[in-house]
Amino acid sequence: MAKRIDVSGLSAFYGAHKAIEDISMTIEPRSVTAFIGPSGCGKSTFLRTLNRMHEVVPGGRVEGKVMLDDEDLYGPGIDPVSVRREVGMVFQRPNPFPTMSIFDNVAAGLRLNGDYKKSGLADIVEQSLRGANLWNEVKDRLNKPGSGLSGGQQQRLCIARAIAVQPKVLLMDEPCSALDPISTLAIEDLIGELKEQYTIVIVTHNMQQAARVSDRTAFFNLAAIGQPGKLIEIDETERIFSNPSVKDTEDYISGRFG
Amino acid sequence: MDISTQKPQAGNDDTLPEDAAMKHAPSAPAPGHAPATKAPAPRAAGTATRRGDRIFLGLSRGSGILLLAVMAAIAVFLSYRAILAISKDQGNFLTTFEWDPNSTEPVFGIAVLAFGTVVSSVIAMVIAVPVAVAIALFLTHYAPRRLSGPIAYVVDLLAAVPSIVYGLWGALVLVPHMNGLFSWLDTYLGWTGIFSWQGGPARSMLTVGILLAVMILPVITNVSREVFRQVPKAHEEAALALGATRWEVIRMSVLPFGRSGVISASMLGLGRALGETMAVATVLSPTFDIQASLLDPGGGTFAQNIASKFGEANEQGRDALIASGLVLFVITLLVNGAARMIIARRKEYSGANA
Repeated sequence: MAKRIDVSGLSAFYGAHKAIEDISMTIEPRSVTAFIGPSGCGKSTFLRTLNRMHEVVPGGRVEGKVMLDDEDLYGPGIDPVSVRREVGMVFQRPNPFPTMSIFDNVAAGLRLNGDYKKSGLADIVEQSLRGANLWNEVKDRLNKPGSGLSGGQQQRLCIARAIAVQPKVLLMDEPCSALDPISTLAIEDLIGELKEQYTIVIVTHNMQQAARVSDRTAFFNLAAIGQPGKLIEIDETERIFSNPSVKDTEDYISGRFG
Repeated sequence: MDISTQKPQAGNDDTLPEDAAMKHAPSAPAPGHAPATKAPAPRAAGTATRRGDRIFLGLSRGSGILLLAVMAAIAVFLSYRAILAISKDQGNFLTTFEWDPNSTEPVFGIAVLAFGTVVSSVIAMVIAVPVAVAIALFLTHYAPRRLSGPIAYVVDLLAAVPSIVYGLWGALVLVPHMNGLFSWLDTYLGWTGIFSWQGGPARSMLTVGILLAVMILPVITNVSREVFRQVPKAHEEAALALGATRWEVIRMSVLPFGRSGVISASMLGLGRALGETMAVATVLSPTFDIQASLLDPGGGTFAQNIASKFGEANEQGRDALIASGLVLFVITLLVNGAARMIIARRKEYSGANA
């Protein structure tokens, strides 16, 4: 189910401004890849190019190639809508649909696709909520609004919503930055479980978090404000945090800048 | 406590009358609550002590009280004159199909007016709300920015046209051009009864409804547009990331978020449609009976009837017209109350607490 991502020579623009430049990397399936780097270095922008959400922003434009196994995501005739059905996303702030119940939130993606049996819907919702470690907390109030949950529960609801459509890849854009430490721990445990089935990419500002959850870590940096962000290096997480090959990485991780 | 080292915000060092008056005010609630608070609950934290605060508190509370006083004065005036008229009515005020309040044996009833007012407004809403919501969605989610600015401006211009101009346009342009539509409706939907047409001039309820729809379109469009523009980006991205198309994003996040706003917008439009006077009076050829068909000329509305009968009315006739105005007032209140109930019932699911 999980797929490999191969990025080569990717640049992204906001209008005339180049946000990231010439990024190439391979993201392995069934593993967690973390993106770290100072604010403005383009890691979130890069994440959003992986499911073609970048171009939703007015003026957003991408050059280069992203391969999902052997499918070119930016190839001619590829519908961004179908890309996003394969590459799910969880956002920084929990964003369940406020007008929908918990059940409907999880079922929302399935109902869009339409490729499910009505009778199977409840099962998939239950599986997804179990998968997001939320089932026991919400099973008695599935028809209550999702916005009534706590922040951490809402974020797990968003994860359940994302995995309900069985994506190949799960992108997470600072999924814990709006949460308290306990909820953060719950999400991190969940990420560890989810990587058995999915390719997971997570952007984080919390280096301890990157060290805890990821198998590989990519460090992004920018030369100066206004310059495009670049990939400095990507390696095994253990290596990045113990013995990185680029000095900038070591400086950033040891807190000398950023 | 009164005099601190810092200067008062408003910067007026002279003692103003409001200021003096406020010194006698008992424990003062927060300014924002002033209009609704009849018996102020003691709230130490909300007590205004600075001069600028006190002036603002006095002004805002005074405005609130003034509003209540004006509303009460209107209600008392309408009720008093209406009761005078209805007590002399020889017919049934609610069911009589006649308007002859000026004679010594006055006979008048509002059945025709209530029917005409409600029917013309309902037609206007049925036409205007979907079109307005579609325009608002187009402006906020489909149109390129170069296009949405000018279109929004033209919609605003529609609201600036005086209603008598709409009336003239309706009578001189719209009415003569309705014949094609009317004969088409008569041919294909005539069997329903409400769309049968005897070939008279198109000064009928349907024409009035269409004209009212054009008139209330801008207000519904503008309010809906503002609401749709405020849909949090996060909600739209949530739908997009699940693989929603543009229309599905609108269905999943934009419309649910904007629902209560669209209802409020529609109520604003309905309020204008219910009370519209000159345009209706210019287009409609009024009769005091109810036409089963929307296409045949005749009927009347409260506002149109008041405008056209006021000149020839004596004291008693005016009271009768005021009584009909009171009914319009009550209908408008009921409609607004119903709208508020619809909005409140789904509050739990509204985007407000997200």
